[in-house]
Amino acid sequence: MFDRPSSESLIHLTTPLQEEDVLRLRAGQWVVISGTLYTARDAAHKRMAEALARGEDLPFDVKGQIIYYVGPTPPPPGRVIGAAGPTTAGRMDSYTPALLALGLKGAIGKGPRSAEVRDALKQHKAVYFGALGGAGALLSQRIRAVEPIAYEDLGPEAIRGLTVEDFPAIVVNDCQGGDAYEDARRRWRKA
Amino acid sequence: MKEVAASDISARVAELCMRACTVLPPDVVAAIEAARDREESPIGREVLSRLLENAALAAEQGIPMCQDTGLAVVFVELGEDVELTSGYLEAAIAEGVREGYEKGYLRKSVVYSPFDRRNTGDNTPPVIHTQVIPGASLEITVAAKGAGSENMSALRMMAPADGIDAVKRFVVETVENAGASACPPVVVGLGLGGSFEQCALIAKRALLRPLDDRNPDPAAADLEDELLALINATGIGPMAVGGRTTALAVKVETAPCHIASLPVAVNLQCHAARHASYRWK
Repeated sequence: MFDRPSSESLIHLTTPLQEEDVLRLRAGQWVVISGTLYTARDAAHKRMAEALARGEDLPFDVKGQIIYYVGPTPPPPGRVIGAAGPTTAGRMDSYTPALLALGLKGAIGKGPRSAEVRDALKQHKAVYFGALGGAGALLSQRIRAVEPIAYEDLGPEAIRGLTVEDFPAIVVNDCQGGDAYEDARRRWRKA
Repeated sequence: MKEVAASDISARVAELCMRACTVLPPDVVAAIEAARDREESPIGREVLSRLLENAALAAEQGIPMCQDTGLAVVFVELGEDVELTSGYLEAAIAEGVREGYEKGYLRKSVVYSPFDRRNTGDNTPPVIHTQVIPGASLEITVAAKGAGSENMSALRMMAPADGIDAVKRFVVETVENAGASACPPVVVGLGLGGSFEQCALIAKRALLRPLDDRNPDPAAADLEDELLALINATGIGPMAVGGRTTALAVKVETAPCHIASLPVAVNLQCHAARHASYRWK
């Protein structure tokens, strides 16, 4: 069930995440994240999977890190980034378990994950967060700096390191099998 | 005969792309405000408030409300008595899209083909639908269509014997299946009838209607009301966090169809229902 995001119920997280951070998170809780988020979406995930298949290292060490599924708009003059809300996470489902096995601790997107991803979250003690879809202007205000990491030729799909301060998200899938979308629907569905 | 310069079309289209992506139409803002006031779920209300805050921020600062500034879907109503000078209609529109997405710092989200997924770099080509109508008027509408909701849309060729109840089940099923991925509260464009491709097109055109209008066809109006109630009973709520506002509106468009057919297209539109129009006088 989703809690109301009052200041008492907000959980503050700092990257890289430790296992104990993940263990205490429950589906439906609000968190604010500070530290670094790594952007990656469809094309970057495909390249990372190809790199792993060739036995190469990933362009950044995913251990303890959070990937944010986002393809921002270009920064207008005077800004570090344009609009930067989450994209649909399900499109990354086939790539995610391998990254979790390497120590990735979190992902931020919108929409449900596959059974395979939810199982991998339980197995590797990681969490999937939902950010507010379609609120790209608002969320961009929590991003302080942007650093290129890899695949710049992919443009909006490049991997970048975002320095964030109090980036808001909801725990959708925790490492115990909890699912906030399912809970919400059960509670609010009219018979 | 009325003359319109191709360069004028490009300039207007560029402006429409930028306006559509930064300023949410007033009817959509009003619908989200009304939904926030009605919403029973505290977290649902919270999400709707944030979406309004986001829209206000985008309009005020001239930045896109969503990073998926979409594929530019352009609807043209071209009067037969309009003469285009020094250029071609589709090239002029594409030039406008190129300019608008560059000048407006909008995201370039188009790849060359499903096989060659390199980005075209300027958000062209747009998708253009032109209707030729009598008279000397010209109206262009740009809809910036994001993939989150587009990907969750669906079309089914039903049999007439399936009836309207099956249509309702298909619509609700499509919205439920979309969940958070389509960024609810959504607007549902429902195309009923026509041929395979016409059905999809009228579903998309339905999304351009003002959210507060009333369908002049009483049967379609009733279906819109009934579907809206069914969708909002699913409990999905704003951004699927639970609540009564899963859709802001359902818009139905119909077309005559074959004696053997009942085509049904459900085109989903996220809460950032972005479109802007310009009419040449």
